[in-house]
Amino acid sequence: MSEQSNKVERPLSPHLQVYRPQMTSVMSILHRATGYALSIGTIMVVWLLIAAASGPEAYAVFAKFAGSNIGLFLLLGWTVALFYHMCNGIRHFFWDMGYLFELKKAFRAGYVVLAMTVILTVWVWYCACPWS
Amino acid sequence: MKLKWKDSRFDSQLGRAKGLGATGHGVDHWIHQRITAVANLPLMIWLVWSVVHHVAGASYEEFVAWQAQPLNAILMILSVVSVFYHAALGTQVIAEDYIHNEGLKFFKLIGIKLFFSATAIACVFSILKISFVG
Repeated sequence: MSEQSNKVERPLSPHLQVYRPQMTSVMSILHRATGYALSIGTIMVVWLLIAAASGPEAYAVFAKFAGSNIGLFLLLGWTVALFYHMCNGIRHFFWDMGYLFELKKAFRAGYVVLAMTVILTVWVWYCACPWS
Repeated sequence: MKLKWKDSRFDSQLGRAKGLGATGHGVDHWIHQRITAVANLPLMIWLVWSVVHHVAGASYEEFVAWQAQPLNAILMILSVVSVFYHAALGTQVIAEDYIHNEGLKFFKLIGIKLFFSATAIACVFSILKISFVG
């Protein structure tokens, strides 16, 4: 029944497409996107642990992929996603407690999140580099 | 994970009003998401620090020796449980928001639960195996 009524053409109220993207709204959807990306990234942890439990051969296959260009690119992406989701998650904690709701503060906290994401990602990859 | 077509004629109106809401779960989902988020914060700081100092570029012997230490095993198990539960809750909301076909949503929601339950158990078993057997 709901299938049928969905096909009736009804006028719809304007939705997302009528709004200019703003930093706050883009960061909001990015929180979701990074969360989803990270939930897929759990596969990497699962692979590592199962491979290490299975033995040296299985671990070597994982290590080869993790160290390949594709592997490093994915790990870089997941690092950015993790730090963004972590920092923006802290911003969400403040909102949950009733702070940072003023427009100015919401924007300022957003810029702090973006800056921290870049700083932490660069710092971690610098530390993880074998030649650092 | 209550579906729209689920017959709720056995619920009293009071029962429905008493806070189970549209999904039949009340605020449990929201609270669990926050609790795991709070737990994830120190755990992921530990994990990133560990990956940088012990896991990145580690040989098989090095990684197993590091992972077998009790503190590392405990923190890794806690990380897996907390993060995977948080991920299951988060992806559940995404599925509920964007999948409008009831049948597809049903399978997606079950799939999410099965996937994260299975992978979490696989990880915990692997961590214990490394700790106890090597």
